[in-house]
Amino acid sequence: MARKTDLLPGTLDMLILKTLTRGSLHGYGIALSIKNLSDDILTVEEGSLYPALQRLLLQGWVKAEWKSTETNRRARYYTLTAAGRTQLSHELSQFEQMIAAITRVLQGA
Amino acid sequence: MNAVARFLRKVGFLIRRRKFDAELEEEMRFHREQQAMEFQSDGMSLEVAHHAARRQFGNDTRLHEQSREVVSFRGEVLLQDSRFALRQLRKNPGFALTAVLMLTLGIAACLALFAFVDAALIKPLPYKDPTRLADVAESVRVFPRSNLSWEDYHDWKKLQKVFTDFDVWTGAGFLLNTPSGVQPVMGARVSAGFFTTLGVTPILGRNFRPGEDSPSAPRTALITWATWQQRYGRRSDIVGQIATLDGTPTTIIGVLPREFHFALRGRADFWTPIQELNGCEKRRSCHNLYGVARLKDGVTVKTALADMKSIAVQLEKQYPDSNRGQGAAVVPLSDAIVGDVRPIFLVLFCGAALLLLIACVNVSNLLLVRAENRRREMALRGALGASRGRLVLQWVTEALVLVIAGSALGLGAAWGTMNLLLRLIPTDVLDYMPYLQSMSLNPRVLGFAGFVSLFAVVVFSLAPSVRLSSSNLRADLAEGGRGAAGTVWRRFGSNLVVIELAIAVVLLVGAGLIVRSFYHLLHVELGFQPDHLAMLEAGAPEKTYAKPEQQVQLVRQILSKMQVLPGVQYAATTSDPPVSGNGNTTWIRIKGHPYNGEHNEVNERDVSADYFATIKARLISGRFFTDSEDATKPKVVVINQALAKKYFPGENPIGQKIGGTDLAPDSLREVIGVVDDIRESSLDEEIWPAVYHPFNQDPDNYLEVIVRTSQAEQSVLPALVDAIRKVDPNIGTRNEQSMMQRINDSPTAYIQRSAACLVGGFAALALLLGVVGLYGVIAYSVSQRTREIGVRMALGAQRSSVYQLILKEAGLLTVLGVAAGLACSIAAATFMGKLLFGVRSWDLLTLTSVALLLGFSALVGSFIPARRAASVNPVDALRAE
Repeated sequence: MARKTDLLPGTLDMLILKTLTRGSLHGYGIALSIKNLSDDILTVEEGSLYPALQRLLLQGWVKAEWKSTETNRRARYYTLTAAGRTQLSHELSQFEQMIAAITRVLQGA
Repeated sequence: MNAVARFLRKVGFLIRRRKFDAELEEEMRFHREQQAMEFQSDGMSLEVAHHAARRQFGNDTRLHEQSREVVSFRGEVLLQDSRFALRQLRKNPGFALTAVLMLTLGIAACLALFAFVDAALIKPLPYKDPTRLADVAESVRVFPRSNLSWEDYHDWKKLQKVFTDFDVWTGAGFLLNTPSGVQPVMGARVSAGFFTTLGVTPILGRNFRPGEDSPSAPRTALITWATWQQRYGRRSDIVGQIATLDGTPTTIIGVLPREFHFALRGRADFWTPIQELNGCEKRRSCHNLYGVARLKDGVTVKTALADMKSIAVQLEKQYPDSNRGQGAAVVPLSDAIVGDVRPIFLVLFCGAALLLLIACVNVSNLLLVRAENRRREMALRGALGASRGRLVLQWVTEALVLVIAGSALGLGAAWGTMNLLLRLIPTDVLDYMPYLQSMSLNPRVLGFAGFVSLFAVVVFSLAPSVRLSSSNLRADLAEGGRGAAGTVWRRFGSNLVVIELAIAVVLLVGAGLIVRSFYHLLHVELGFQPDHLAMLEAGAPEKTYAKPEQQVQLVRQILSKMQVLPGVQYAATTSDPPVSGNGNTTWIRIKGHPYNGEHNEVNERDVSADYFATIKARLISGRFFTDSEDATKPKVVVINQALAKKYFPGENPIGQKIGGTDLAPDSLREVIGVVDDIRESSLDEEIWPAVYHPFNQDPDNYLEVIVRTSQAEQSVLPALVDAIRKVDPNIGTRNEQSMMQRINDSPTAYIQRSAACLVGGFAALALLLGVVGLYGVIAYSVSQRTREIGVRMALGAQRSSVYQLILKEAGLLTVLGVAAGLACSIAAATFMGKLLFGVRSWDLLTLTSVALLLGFSALVGSFIPARRAASVNPVDALRAE
């Protein structure tokens, strides 16, 4: 069984936004993408994507559209908005600052 | 704006809630199915794959709920919960009805009484800066607050250094000419600055001006708003109209504000300046005024009192004859006005609050039992993903629904009760508590209602939440609604009943004490026979009947007309009827006895010859007056038993001489008779020594006419008024009533009676609620122990031992409740001490009867469930599980 690592709190929204920079994806696609890109290290309790997605919709950072998949099933695709892009860069820079700080502390000790 | 956009999106979601739910459901299903297909392609069987996908996805109900919470408004959950709560309550109407009814009862009683307390004690008096006003009076040993004399007032006013304003008032009656004849009206005479001191400005016209209280000033009067309304039909040209008071044309110069009242005077329609001094006001030794003063900034009542006392001491030295023993009394004006009623209102309010408490406890207990029965539902909802907070919120919502219903109904009922109670107060009593008329559901009362509701919600949601926090989901789910009664319920529920019973005991003891006190009051020795006595007040115009001989002649005429009326046996007059209260005193000195210069204060009554026969007073020795004893004969006096005992110990008073403090020859009177003590005092006061002067030697033009009739009192009253009118149509009459009415409506009797009724009512309800509570607990306990009882009986337990088992449980709770209640009520009764008459707060009879009554009721209440327990069929009980 794959090692499970809990997400850092508050990072799920950022991961979703980042995943969507490559283009529109449905919920399952987002979960898959996160899993694959992190080499199966980050596993989200998959369902918790959905409350998070509603939050992002409400903030206006993503928008949703029903489309057909390659297998011809109906699915809701999420697309990053301009506001979402700004928010992502904002969150990324904050996150990087934090990581850098943590790293400095860990190395300095 | 971001926030606006967010809000609009939320609204969008709200409108398309159904679509939102369906889409979310669909996309989650899609997710799981894709996952399952993935697993299948890895070689899992269809069923296993679906299972795994579901596990990986998480609790979809909770996730759906969470998603929904993200996009929904905060209030929506509450709305849903309320709808659910209403559904729950509708499903169990018995519970809902009982709970709401109990709450309504408690809240209505509590609010109505709070409205009284508010009107009497909290609402500020209708004067400017009322906390800076003081009531100023003289003080003697027998009257801690006694009237000022006019000359003393002037000296006090001149010498004082603590008041910015200092004025006086005195009650007065006027004969007012009206189109339908002469009518006596109530009024007051005041020094010119009186209303300025109070800070009251007329709404029409003007205030009295300085100097308008001199004999030479033109006659002026202010009228109250009610008088303007009722007597003058609110005419706009009222200022400048002439009212003829006591035959003197008087200009109405203004109308007092609607909210103005002056409870110390009681009713007063016409207010005039003190212009012509009356006989009393010309003498320093005659006291008929009260002072009202405004304290200077920074001066306390205590300082003011000290200042007045030092002035009194100074005057005592200066005028030893008139001022010996005359001290000073200064209290905040509000204390003088409501000081007497404060304890009674507080006691009644506490009674109502206790009733509310008992109702709350009862409802809490019901809720606790409900929580117990809904353990399984709660566990199930928890397992399906409801968070603990969400479950607590559900309980809070249910409590809120109950409390809102109870409060709304309670508020309505309180309003009705307030108006009903207010209407039940006789006008005589209301005249002395005018502040009650301003009672309303004002913001303070509504605020209090809000506070009470909040308190109830907290109490009600606390109980089930405690239950919830100590519960174990798995155990609850497994055990469900069956099995032994929860230990939590055992711990809390049964203790709650003990509290209920204890409160019921406190209220019952309180009611018992007040009822006993009221009984004593109604059975005090009166010294006369109060039945079949009809009475009225009459006032003859001073101008027509100025001379004593004219007054004597008038009364002889009136009485002779009355004596021949059908049904009238005796007719007489007195200056003050019995049971009016000690007062209208004179100072006496016994000729030939040593005298230490102290004032011997005794009640003085001027009565006509047949007075004692009319009221059936008992002669102890000597004789009563004859009608021929007038100014031409030697002066005589009848004394009461108390005076004989106090001033003639071991002597025969008959034939002795009593006079004024200086024993001036014309003040000397010979004692011709001793009458058994007639209760001149109010019912709860002690009997004072009294002297009775023959009216013919001490006449007046204000009288109280009393007749003894063989018919119903009410039926002769119109004939009495007629008889007087026939003698002279210019004589005013008022207050026609029977002696029994007068006694029953006297403020002391009235207050005791209403307190007895109210507290008695609260206590009866408390007893009912307490016993119902106990019944509920025992019945629930029995229903929970059916299996245990079945096992016991299957193993050979007798029915009697089952009875014993249940009754022992009830008995223990009752004993605990009664014991705690008795302990509390002894403390509570001490608090009531001031209200009680002739009963000690530690009255064994009351305490024992309450304990027995409650014990018996509790036995009856728990017998029903015990019988049900004993009639359990063991086979059924065991099979049912």
